[in-house]
Amino acid sequence: MNKGSFEVKVGLAEMLKGGVIMDVTTPEQAKIAEDAGAVAVMALERIPADIRAHGGIARMSSPAIIKAIQDIVSIPVMAKCRIGHFAEAQILEALQVDFIDESEVLTPADEENHIWKHDFKVPFVCGCRDLGEALRRIGEGAAMMRTKGEAGSGNIVEAVRHMRQVQKDIRMLTVLRDDELMAAAKKLGAPFEIVKQVAKTGKLPVPNFAAGGIATPADAALMMQLGAETVFVGSGIFKSEDPAVRAKAIVLATTYYNDPQKLAEISMDLKEAMEGLDIASIPDEERFAKRGW
Amino acid sequence: MIKDLTVGVLGLQGAFAKHIAMLKKLNVQSIQVRYPEELDRCDGLIFPGGESTTMSKLINEMDIRDRLSEFNRPIFGTCAGAILMSNDSDDSRVPTFNKVPIKAHRNAWGRQLESFISEIDLRFDTDPFKAVFIRSPKLSEPGKNVKVLGILKDEIVLVQYENLVLSTFHPELTDDTRIHEYFIKLVKK
Repeated sequence: MNKGSFEVKVGLAEMLKGGVIMDVTTPEQAKIAEDAGAVAVMALERIPADIRAHGGIARMSSPAIIKAIQDIVSIPVMAKCRIGHFAEAQILEALQVDFIDESEVLTPADEENHIWKHDFKVPFVCGCRDLGEALRRIGEGAAMMRTKGEAGSGNIVEAVRHMRQVQKDIRMLTVLRDDELMAAAKKLGAPFEIVKQVAKTGKLPVPNFAAGGIATPADAALMMQLGAETVFVGSGIFKSEDPAVRAKAIVLATTYYNDPQKLAEISMDLKEAMEGLDIASIPDEERFAKRGW
Repeated sequence: MIKDLTVGVLGLQGAFAKHIAMLKKLNVQSIQVRYPEELDRCDGLIFPGGESTTMSKLINEMDIRDRLSEFNRPIFGTCAGAILMSNDSDDSRVPTFNKVPIKAHRNAWGRQLESFISEIDLRFDTDPFKAVFIRSPKLSEPGKNVKVLGILKDEIVLVQYENLVLSTFHPELTDDTRIHEYFIKLVKK
């Protein structure tokens, strides 16, 4: 039996398509997420909006919380580790989480190197702002990509920027001649073999999801129409006035993303969304998306 | 394209795009089904893998449950799809359609670390099939007239009951079209 191969890792990412992955900090929230139709939950100690508000060092969440969440839900449970912190990742693998997010939302442990993800049997998801960053992470073994967006901001603008950039970079590659691909790989700072593959197929070799700033059903629909295959919602649900109703609405919006009539109906009963931040008001050094490379 | 034949793929959540790609490879016209009335156009239906709790919720939300219950043309359920077609999911969160007299056990192989790829034996072909199991269910207690078509050691992984086929693994994640071809033959009948 072949366990933990790249194919098996990407297989789980395929099963999550067309769904919503929700950030949760307690077993109660995890239950609300599962009842609303989440395809997976991301277990963490504090949601990104609170990490932003409280400052300090943000680390992997406590194994006890992860275990309690695993015990209460039947859907996949993901958890975050710090960029480059492979010991945290080893612990998460020992806890049998279903996916690890090597995440810029936590304080990076290594400013130069990301985790060598091929060493693990558990699949990894990583954030990216452009194609070069996506392909570097895939080169290290990531089985799923997501936009970085700007987590905890409730502002979709960065996720849109990153998704458009990745898609545009892919389209550019597909029109190049074979003898132009090495120069393109140099410019992207990406592994040549994967650059060749993307130029040929016109898509990433792993599923491409959206994250960072999704707060409404309309935000989810926007990201899906821009080419995301699934959405992560972090602070958007449990920082709103009506988590259970909003969670369900975002699940529906991700399936019916190209049906405006349906989206209007879905959005009818919602209360206030999370407040949200203007990106320009976040000092450069506090922007999560700038962490990692 | 094969004339006058349309296979629907339930496209609420999960690996539906991979099934659509597989059907295209076999020259079969397909549609993504998200609304009840789209079922009327389908000569057969694929119920894909994904999260069975999520799919269950979306099925209720869209009033598609009754129409799916009444659908009496061939259906192929993979993984989560197989759970929903069985007569018991072993989990109150996932009510099933009770179409095939067999029990399903969600995530019975374990979490993602226990997901695997293995060759399985097919009853309708001599060559083994490379099967991808992702947080897969197990099947047990097949009723009378349930034909076992695929086994892995002692586990039942592929069955047929009348015009319904269930697999606990994901043939859509491989390049091997044999199981989809088997299903298309049932649709053509």
